[in-house]
Amino acid sequence: MVGLIPTVLVLVLSLACAAVGAASENDEAIFAERRAALMREVQALGLGELQLLGRREFDPRVIEVMGRIPRHEFVPEALRDSAYANRPLPIGYGQTISQPYVVALMTDVLALEPGDRVLEVGTGSGYQAAILAELVERVFTIEIVAALGEAAAGRLARLGYENVRVRVGDGYFGWPDEAPFDAIIVTAAATHVPPPLVQQLKPGGRMVIPVGHQFEVQYLTLVDKDPDGRITMRQTLPVAFVPLTGGN
Amino acid sequence: MDQADAEVALRRPTLLAIALLSGAALGLEVLLLRLFAIIQWHHFASMAIGLALLGWGVSGSVLTATAERVRTRFSAFFTGNAAAFGVSAVAAFSIAQRIPFNPPELLWDWRQPLWLAAIYLVLAVPFLFAANAIAAALMTFRGRSGRVYGADLLGAGTGAVAVVGVLTQLPETGALAFLSGLGPVAAALVIPGGPRKAVLLALAALLWASWVDLRPSPFKPLSRALQVVGADVVAERSGPLGRLTVVANSEVPFRDAPGLALTSPTGPPEQRAIFVDGEGPLIVDRHQQGAPPPPYLDHLTSALPYHLGERRQVLLLGLGGGRGILQALLHGAQHIDVTEPDSGHVALLRDELEDFSGHLLEASRVHVHIGQPRSVLATAERRWDLIALEAGGSAAGLGAAGADYRLTVEAFADYLTRLAPGGLLAVSGPIDLPPRAALRLLATAVAALGRAHADAPGRHLVMVRSWQTVTMVVSADPLPAGTAGAVRVFVETRGFDPIHFPDMRSEEANRRVILDVPWFYDAAKALLEVNAEPFMARWKYAIAPATDDRPFFHDFFRWALLPEVLALRERGGMGLFEWGHLVVVAALIQAVLAAVILVPLPLLIAGRRGTASTPGLSRPRTLCYFLALGLAFLCIEIAFLERFVLFLGHPVLAAAVCLAGFLVFAGLGSQASHRIERPGRAATATAILSLAYLAGLPPLFEFLAPLPTEARGLVSVALIAPLGFFMGMPFPLGLAALDARAPRWVPWAWAVNGCASVIASPLAGLMALEFGFSAVIAVAACLYLLAATVAPPATTALCKPDTVLS
Repeated sequence: MVGLIPTVLVLVLSLACAAVGAASENDEAIFAERRAALMREVQALGLGELQLLGRREFDPRVIEVMGRIPRHEFVPEALRDSAYANRPLPIGYGQTISQPYVVALMTDVLALEPGDRVLEVGTGSGYQAAILAELVERVFTIEIVAALGEAAAGRLARLGYENVRVRVGDGYFGWPDEAPFDAIIVTAAATHVPPPLVQQLKPGGRMVIPVGHQFEVQYLTLVDKDPDGRITMRQTLPVAFVPLTGGN
Repeated sequence: MDQADAEVALRRPTLLAIALLSGAALGLEVLLLRLFAIIQWHHFASMAIGLALLGWGVSGSVLTATAERVRTRFSAFFTGNAAAFGVSAVAAFSIAQRIPFNPPELLWDWRQPLWLAAIYLVLAVPFLFAANAIAAALMTFRGRSGRVYGADLLGAGTGAVAVVGVLTQLPETGALAFLSGLGPVAAALVIPGGPRKAVLLALAALLWASWVDLRPSPFKPLSRALQVVGADVVAERSGPLGRLTVVANSEVPFRDAPGLALTSPTGPPEQRAIFVDGEGPLIVDRHQQGAPPPPYLDHLTSALPYHLGERRQVLLLGLGGGRGILQALLHGAQHIDVTEPDSGHVALLRDELEDFSGHLLEASRVHVHIGQPRSVLATAERRWDLIALEAGGSAAGLGAAGADYRLTVEAFADYLTRLAPGGLLAVSGPIDLPPRAALRLLATAVAALGRAHADAPGRHLVMVRSWQTVTMVVSADPLPAGTAGAVRVFVETRGFDPIHFPDMRSEEANRRVILDVPWFYDAAKALLEVNAEPFMARWKYAIAPATDDRPFFHDFFRWALLPEVLALRERGGMGLFEWGHLVVVAALIQAVLAAVILVPLPLLIAGRRGTASTPGLSRPRTLCYFLALGLAFLCIEIAFLERFVLFLGHPVLAAAVCLAGFLVFAGLGSQASHRIERPGRAATATAILSLAYLAGLPPLFEFLAPLPTEARGLVSVALIAPLGFFMGMPFPLGLAALDARAPRWVPWAWAVNGCASVIASPLAGLMALEFGFSAVIAVAACLYLLAATVAPPATTALCKPDTVLS
């Protein structure tokens, strides 16, 4: 009883807020329209800003693919209305689906080719995996939160992504049976670069590790393995943010 | 009930009830700090003080607007409110923790500030009930308000201290049950039926409270760790300094090795994680007694000082999970002193984690000292070859507004004097981009070396970075000739980058973990120049050294940066700075809105507009008097609390001593206030004493620092006594003067004072962040002087403060 009263009160408050803040439309056509608008926004935001990529705009393939993938399928039902806002969203279990702009950036920086095999550590909702699946031949993704991993696997299967394999478990050791990979993306928090992942990266391959918290990316770490197997690490901000010393 | 009845009814049980309720309310205030630290983040916990004051402010208005009705039904009113306090203490917390407030989303979701405001309002409710009951007693027993006020302040003072004791014996939810149970007990004491009924009611309250379970935010590190397959809580301890939770995971083991060199031949061993109030973790490596420590510890940047000479005598400022001890043992340390403020933390490693950690704390070479680093240092005579500490941050920089006295210029200067010849101070921490924490570390070290008259600080410093960590090493004397070579070997064999070392060449920078611009190297070079001030002023982040007066090492906020970061929000720019500073601003805005709207509202509804004019009194001047007092009292209390944190070396002890001290002595001052005829004199005395303390306390504290904790506690009480005594006078004197000449203004004076108290807490926090605690005290002293200037004229002997609430 004691637990019930506050729950009901909060439910009422939540409903009141939802009534104000949430639109009722969930029609696919409307979502498609919002998605297109979001991608126009992401593209415009990236224009002239992509020092990280050494280019002035996003790879059109990345924008085109993201413009097709229904992000609203990857967020909780209650947040579908916000699915096409350029912001991170909570997906439960203390995890988030990344901000679309950052997703575009991280996908682009991997410089993927259609025949590539990609490993993702940290499946989350499966949204990043779906984007990768549209761009490459095979995607292998590992999630440590069982409920998230299982939900993502079901979602990706339902949406027809047959070239994605999802595994629940420890991503530290990568996926040796399917190695080597052309690209690796580590979205799970890591205090050091797992040596097995470096080993499973093909010569000429690239690994990206965003560093930050659930609702933000502070900086990106890029690990390049040259054709001779030598490792180079680079760190960069997701945004152009210079000069650091005011006007001097 | 008429006056005669009321006086008859003011018996010991009623006074006891008042003391119990007052103590429970103050205890709840302190407990909320703990509860919020566990379910949310520490910085939102400080809202608790504002919550309590909001409740008291609103209550003042309600009571003064309905004074007659309350006086005639005192027993029913007191009983109802005391019981409601007990029920609402549990219910409000239970509701508050279900409100889906998520701090990291504050700038993404427009609903988050509303949820925060909802928490603020919900938690004010129990304080409103407690304040109603006590204020009703003050109004009803008008002729004996001295005894009522005494019971109130004695209870509050006792509650501030007792809750710390309760937290050592009970978990947080148990403490909530205990405190909420005091409400019904207090209620039962003033109604016929006596103690038996009280016990029954208390039991019912405990049963009610036992339903409460803590629901930490899912975004806290502990919550997230427990979502991982195979995660299991293997031990838990609670205490006044934090709830410690130990997590093990056999399926997806913890593998924490911050910035581990890619060249490391091994990774970390099996680990367990200690979460403090759900944050962290602190990592415990599995270790077998007598076996060599894990070799990966030599491949972290924090291993640097051990490669710059032999470190036999080591002092670690902070126990963590014991990794620093293992690292020291790995490198041959013969004597390792460790400071740790939380005895529960030490006990956890000695008991529950004893086997896992290989009886680490029982090793003959390891000596643990309970206390804050600087307090332990103040009483130590030993000199060390190495003093090492970690400078961690918090999630999204939300803790940026928290004081950290380990990382100030004064602290660094102190550490340097405690080094043996050739000794090193080493500070490690996570790296941030664009650089700020690392640069502030350098700037702090340079300032500390400047105090020691070091001519060329660059010859005393080494700093290196990995892809995730940075380590700075400082020597009181110029580093020996072989240092450059040793640093080169260290970074080259581990794939780290040097930021600075004596005789470093520019081409040695930014070679392994490559940045677009060699920010660290360039900035270090500028900071080590003769005059680094212009560079620090130009840097986009605030990187000037933290000081004891402004001990906010993790706050790099500059207002000029805000528009740019907000503009970059859509491009992933949210991680560009720490949001803790803005959280304080948001809390101030909310407090202003809540205070201005809610506190005077009952008066407006009740139509209490005051008289149009009263000879000898100016309404703007009078209201200004009470506004100044409300702001100044809390500013003084908060600023001196910080001063005592450093002196006592224990934040909870300082909070208990200060809260209890200021309350009790302000109460005594209030009781004695009738001896002073002019309200302005008491305000002037407070201002003068505050300014004297501002100048005199730092050297006095430095002189008395070697005293044992108990003696420092007694000194603290003695120092608070005169200040609190005078601070307790101006308010009742002002009310008495007002009551004598314009009694209908009293509710407004009460309300304005309540408003000011609500606003003062976040205002003092923001002023401290921007200008330092000295500025807060100076402003408060000015406010007292202003109050002295605009104080109402002296009251006559016929109108004593005891009657102000009539």
